Amino acid sequence: MVTTTALADARSVAAQVTDPEMPMLTLEDLGVLRDVAEDDGRVVVTITPTYSGCPAMATMRDDLQHRLLDAGYDDVQVRVSLSPAWSSDWITDRGRRALAEHGISPPGAAPAGGPVVLDLLPTRRAVRCPRCGADGVRLVSEFGATACKAVYTCGACLETFDHVKEI
Amino acid sequence: MTDDHDSVYDGLLGEDDSHWAFGTSFEDPLAGVDTTIPDGADPATLATYCLMLGDDALVYSHRLSQWASNAPDLEDDIALANTALDLLGQARLLLARAAAADPSAVPAMPEGSPVPAEDSLAFFRDEPAFRNLRFVEPENGDFAVTIARLLVFSTYRLALLERLASSSDPVLSAIAAKGVKEVAYHRTYAGRWFVTLAQGTPESRRRLEAALPLVWRHHDELFATHPVEADAAAQGVGVDPAGLAGEVGAVLDQVLATAGVERPEVPSAGPVAGGRGRDGRHTEHLSRLLAEMQSVARAHPRGQW
Ligand SMILES: [Zn+2]
Repeated sequence: MVTTTALADARSVAAQVTDPEMPMLTLEDLGVLRDVAEDDGRVVVTITPTYSGCPAMATMRDDLQHRLLDAGYDDVQVRVSLSPAWSSDWITDRGRRALAEHGISPPGAAPAGGPVVLDLLPTRRAVRCPRCGADGVRLVSEFGATACKAVYTCGACLETFDHVKEI
Repeated sequence: MTDDHDSVYDGLLGEDDSHWAFGTSFEDPLAGVDTTIPDGADPATLATYCLMLGDDALVYSHRLSQWASNAPDLEDDIALANTALDLLGQARLLLARAAAADPSAVPAMPEGSPVPAEDSLAFFRDEPAFRNLRFVEPENGDFAVTIARLLVFSTYRLALLERLASSSDPVLSAIAAKGVKEVAYHRTYAGRWFVTLAQGTPESRRRLEAALPLVWRHHDELFATHPVEADAAAQGVGVDPAGLAGEVGAVLDQVLATAGVERPEVPSAGPVAGGRGRDGRHTEHLSRLLAEMQSVARAHPRGQW
């Protein structure tokens, strides 16, 4: 039996676990942590992968298990939820501020649903340099150091920076 | 509060055995997901259908990953590696879904082997058990061939996954809905490079024009419905690829028109020994690819590291 208070505590422990690839974000801020609930006496944590091939999923599961174990919850199950699919819109405002403070440009609004329309022109985003705030930035690549990031260069300070992609 | 990620070396030194590589006891990507077979679907049909789409992703992922450290520049190295990683993720989910639907599809492993079902399917099936399209098998060729193939494949797969998001199997539906977002980026990447190569230098255009017929030889195979695909579509879990031809053709024509390149007129590659990739009849490229991809796993069926 997990009491309501204990469940609230478990939720706050899970909410503090950080993303292995962007450790300035908690899993809650990233929007990966979907639910912390009780099922038949055990704590059940539900997470949603950011990308199908996200290699950090196993580490996230382990970290959640270990941190909850350290906090005294010895019966913990981490479940995967595939639907609805993760969206960059789920990154919280606090998460967006943390990204910007660490030199990573936060995502704009995710594309609306419906058929994906072919677009052969360069991607247009209202991106500002997270270091100097200039808006004269250039897309270097839609693919960056992790699956969720694109790479930009700032025309003012000339620094290269990551932008979390809209998905 | 302790930091879980103080040092990248912690993970190497600690007790944590969940790092993602063959032979580690990483966990089921469908852990906790309800894998009940939907009403009206036959488990063996669903499993084989998942293997078809999963094998397309797995084989093409391995092929694209061969660009790592070989691409024209670092950005494209990373882009192709990311594309391969997305497809590998889709393959893991689809193979795990196949194994959950029909455990008898999974090759038997020696007793005590820690190999999970998805790995057993990836590394311990022989070539005739692979159901991928021959389209994804050839060597990468040069960058122009790679871009032409990625354009056609990602256009096809995006159209397929968009429809598969309405599958009556909630697992396939979720995998497809996720995949749509990823493959949309792959198609955009390939489409922009296609136009760039066509309008770049005489040499880049020459290479692109030489690449297109090579890729187009296997174009018809994408839309040739296999009986398992027809059954999966009839049961509401799958998509009949014949119905994708019009939409895929329209998108490809749009790219070709923007690039100023004619649609190639080439004879279609015929069946191999009376069969196609979906039947388990493959080109010699696949045997070499599998030999490379499977050799370590097969040498150490109980391996853990
Ligand atoms: Zn700047």
